[in-house]
Amino acid sequence: MQLLILTVVLLTLATFGYRLGRSRALASAGGNPRLLHSLPSYHGYYVALWCGLPALLLVAAWLALESTVVRILVMSSLPADMQALSDERLALLFNEVRLVAGFGKSPSSPEVGLAAERYLSFKQLSFAAMAVVSLVAAVLGLTMAQRWVRSDLRTRNRVEKVVSVFLVACSTMAIFTTVGIVLSLLFESIRFFNAVPITDFLFGLHWSPQIAMRSDQVGSSGAFGAVPLFAGTLLISFIAMVVAVPLGLLSAIYMAEYANPKFRAIVKPLLEVLAGIPTVVYGFFAALTVAPFLRDLGVSLGLSVASESALAAGVVMGIMIIPFVSSLSDDVITAVPQSLREGAFGLGATRSETIKQVIVPAALPGIVGGVLLAVSRAIGETMIVVMAAGLAANLTANPLEAVTTVTTQIVTLLVGDQEFDSPKTLAAFALGLVLFCVTLALNVVALHIVNKYREKYD
Amino acid sequence: MTEMVEKSVARSATDTAAARLKRRYAAERRFKAYGVVAIALALGFLATLLITVFSNGATAFVQTHFRLDVTFDAAEMGLGEDRSPEALSAANYLGLTKNAILARFPEVEGRSAKRELTALLSNGADIKLREMVRDDPSIVGTTQPVWLIASDDVDMAIKGHIPRTPGMDGARLSDQQLGWLEALEKAGAAELKFNEMLFTTGDSREPELAGLWGAIVGSFFSLSITLLVCFPLGVATAVYLEEFAPKNRWTDLIEVNINNLAAVPSVVFGLLGLAIFLNFFGMPRSAPLVGGLVLALISLPTIIIAGRAALKAVPPSIREAAMGLGASRLQVVTDHVLPLAMPGILTGTILGMAHALGETAPLLMIGMVAFIVDIPGSPMDPAAVLPVQVYLWADSPERAFVERTSAAIIVLLFFLAAMNLAAILLRKKFERRW
Repeated sequence: MQLLILTVVLLTLATFGYRLGRSRALASAGGNPRLLHSLPSYHGYYVALWCGLPALLLVAAWLALESTVVRILVMSSLPADMQALSDERLALLFNEVRLVAGFGKSPSSPEVGLAAERYLSFKQLSFAAMAVVSLVAAVLGLTMAQRWVRSDLRTRNRVEKVVSVFLVACSTMAIFTTVGIVLSLLFESIRFFNAVPITDFLFGLHWSPQIAMRSDQVGSSGAFGAVPLFAGTLLISFIAMVVAVPLGLLSAIYMAEYANPKFRAIVKPLLEVLAGIPTVVYGFFAALTVAPFLRDLGVSLGLSVASESALAAGVVMGIMIIPFVSSLSDDVITAVPQSLREGAFGLGATRSETIKQVIVPAALPGIVGGVLLAVSRAIGETMIVVMAAGLAANLTANPLEAVTTVTTQIVTLLVGDQEFDSPKTLAAFALGLVLFCVTLALNVVALHIVNKYREKYD
Repeated sequence: MTEMVEKSVARSATDTAAARLKRRYAAERRFKAYGVVAIALALGFLATLLITVFSNGATAFVQTHFRLDVTFDAAEMGLGEDRSPEALSAANYLGLTKNAILARFPEVEGRSAKRELTALLSNGADIKLREMVRDDPSIVGTTQPVWLIASDDVDMAIKGHIPRTPGMDGARLSDQQLGWLEALEKAGAAELKFNEMLFTTGDSREPELAGLWGAIVGSFFSLSITLLVCFPLGVATAVYLEEFAPKNRWTDLIEVNINNLAAVPSVVFGLLGLAIFLNFFGMPRSAPLVGGLVLALISLPTIIIAGRAALKAVPPSIREAAMGLGASRLQVVTDHVLPLAMPGILTGTILGMAHALGETAPLLMIGMVAFIVDIPGSPMDPAAVLPVQVYLWADSPERAFVERTSAAIIVLLFFLAAMNLAAILLRKKFERRW
């Protein structure tokens, strides 16, 4: 709240700087804007930037460093026997101090209460100092910049320079995100592989992470063989593809080649609705309707179907992916040049013969690329399998049994208790790393195929 | 002789041709039918899903209430002479609700029978009485007819989700309770009324008291953070890549990165949020702030891609004309290209936000699955969001939560539909053909 007020004050100052800069520039040119090097508004922006930018950057840097500094100060003021605790205990202690200070939780010991008071006073001091320093910076910037404003000052170039730096900085955000993902996954995975050998993880046939829940059992008895998870993921994705590829492809072909524009205009958005429904809704649908339906169907056929069967999750996931396959295939099918169709018709082929023998082969690379993208989507899909697939890591190819998947395990390992050093939670990051690498590889291959195909007809 | 042979050959040739043509046409019709069947199946799935959700969830918008005469007895409420707001809100109202239903059936004797009778009412039925007294303290000491909320089992029985035939083993309601229920219904004292708690309260362990307002507010905060972060970032990136970026390795790297990020599973972004935002920066768990940041990273590629498409659609002649009049490259963008591309960018942004609204898995990673009763007051407070609320309720065993879950889905779908509609209208209104 205080921070919001400070930001608003700084922004108001910057607005004031804008007006000041404008009027100073006009005054220096004797009221004739044509004598200025840049438009008056650029002079305004120039002053406003000098006023607001350093101050706001200061606030941001201060906020980024504040928690660490305050933490060190608070911890160093604790009694010596508390400081001697292990890092994890210290982290817990500091967390308690923050809770006591911030949410009025009653402290477990007088030392903690004192530390909480000190924490609060440090925080207030820090904020007051930050407010003063940033306001001084803003006022300083304002007065300096408005002095510099002259009719021949090349403010446009300078302002545009700042803006282009901002644009470049924004565009590197995507790279930072990727680096962040890779680093956070790698870092935690390496810690995991210190406890569990990587070969055991990748090739082990037994998965039961629950055993290693207590921290004094680190890595000794928990089994982290991820093959059953990979098998389960592949099984469910395969079922999903069996549903999605024929339905998606056939509906795309019908829409592109047979349907009249009116039909297309109605049905295409309806199919897209399937893609817009949140996955948690599909998960609920799978668990509530599809799984019991399949189980009852199995009973009436004399089969035993698990209530969390791979089939239910796979079928529902397939339904979710239909629009994905159909819109990608639709794109590549309509991109096939009309001359190929006309050539086939000219030789007397019927529509379906044209489609089967000319259009689909011509569009095949694009379709394969689309299917690969859909597979990567299926592998990464989480909510449906969390809600409809099981937790038991069975190594089976029978779609009527319950299997578990990589994403299900990531969620179950990380939801609930959180000891950040047990291999159990770290295993989730190792699974995440595998997931990231596999989907990335699939995407790169798929995009490569699609692009290569595009070049052929453009 | 030869003539006849020729004729028969000719005839058989036409015959085989005709037969083959027939076969080919049949194949044609079959193939066309496959397409129709595929579309019908896909739309059938959609219809089944929507019908399931709506038929299960529609009844959650009404809730069973009993009309009972409640005597606001100061002694029973534990009120002394003090009538200050604090004393009134600290008073005991649960006893009043129990007395009210016991008074309705004075013939009931014995502890267990009485307990069964009071179990017809919800544990939260007293909330209504507390509100009434807060609004008008003078009703203390009087007797008022009040519509009190019934327990979830009663509600399920009235709505027909659990059977009401007496004498069943393991039934949620005993024969006696069913009898009282019938008596209340006959007297017109049991009615389905609009379920306002669904839209005013937060989560609860009791299905009849559980509401969505906390989750709606949480979603609002999260999406606001997402929009604040990813709209400027996304637009700036799109502008840079489309208008300023030189064609070099660095730009290629950024582009490849964006395309790949768009395909990274969302659960991986959750892991990123957990490792970076929570463990590294020490941000609060379960907070919409962190949820919004993670969702911003997820929607960023969507917005950048949509923004670039919109910028690309602005014809170069606009840029050339502006440059010809002496505008700088930045002026061309801010004064001409960006305003023309803005409807397209906004459409893409709304669609990205709609997607973010339905995203669940990454939020589970950063602890947004906690059971939170309070309505969040700021983006720093722990909160649930709509899809996570769906997930939490779907996991609850009570039958009444199936109905609540479906209702939550209906609300979620309503918001999604509204956002998509807004995007479509925006596109329709501002779409330009150059």
